[in-house]
Amino acid sequence: MALTDIFSIAGSALAAQSTRLNATASNMANASNVSSNEEDAYKGKRVVFRTLVEDQMMGNVLRPAGSVTIDRVEDDLAPHSKLYDPGNPMADDEGYVYKSNVEEVSEMVEMLAAARSYQNNVEVINTAKELMSRTLEVAKS
Amino acid sequence: MNGIFGLHEQALNMKASRLEVLAKNIANADTPGFKAQDVNFQKVLSAQSGIAALTTTHARHLKTSLVNSNGLVYTNPYNQSLDGNTVEIAMEQAKYGKAAMDYQASLDFIQSRIGSIKRALKGE
Repeated sequence: MALTDIFSIAGSALAAQSTRLNATASNMANASNVSSNEEDAYKGKRVVFRTLVEDQMMGNVLRPAGSVTIDRVEDDLAPHSKLYDPGNPMADDEGYVYKSNVEEVSEMVEMLAAARSYQNNVEVINTAKELMSRTLEVAKS
Repeated sequence: MNGIFGLHEQALNMKASRLEVLAKNIANADTPGFKAQDVNFQKVLSAQSGIAALTTTHARHLKTSLVNSNGLVYTNPYNQSLDGNTVEIAMEQAKYGKAAMDYQASLDFIQSRIGSIKRALKGE
């Protein structure tokens, strides 16, 4: 049934976009973290989506083909900036601390984009719901 | 019951499946490499009426169908994107809105058909 599938498809997109929002929240929260070496410094998280090409059971819900799912979460590869701060307890032997590679401004943009996509899918669900209830009322008239 | 609503019943099914295809596009607006699809009504029609199929004269002849019966076609994007995604969200939203209106139109035809049958039964 086509109209009922819209709920699962748009619902999967809602879940995917909220994961993306979560990643942005995590990036924003850790943006000012410092570390004593480049490997341990916080790296921005990027969520990569994937489309299901055929119907698939996820947990105990059936996701129809065309649903969105999280493929993987990748670290941002941007370089870390070094800051000379010998008084910092995290400073290395030469007195440097390594900042996270999160750009707050681009995280804000990412957050807005995710929120917009989320809203789009909410509208899709609302329209489908409206059409379904109108279909149910056809016989009542 | 099939004859009462005429072609509106099949039209309703087709329009619901188009809504689903467009919902898939909107859901995958941020998926890398996703190709947007749409339902081409002409293809569905010619597949249903058998225009594109070869005529068979024997029961054991292979059935041929040159077009896909669900009429799915890939959309050509106006602008390219770096990640290979061809969903243009504004276009898809406009299409989804129109498809919803089309669905409601079919629904209204069916509803008025029910209304006229009821009036005929009551003899008003």
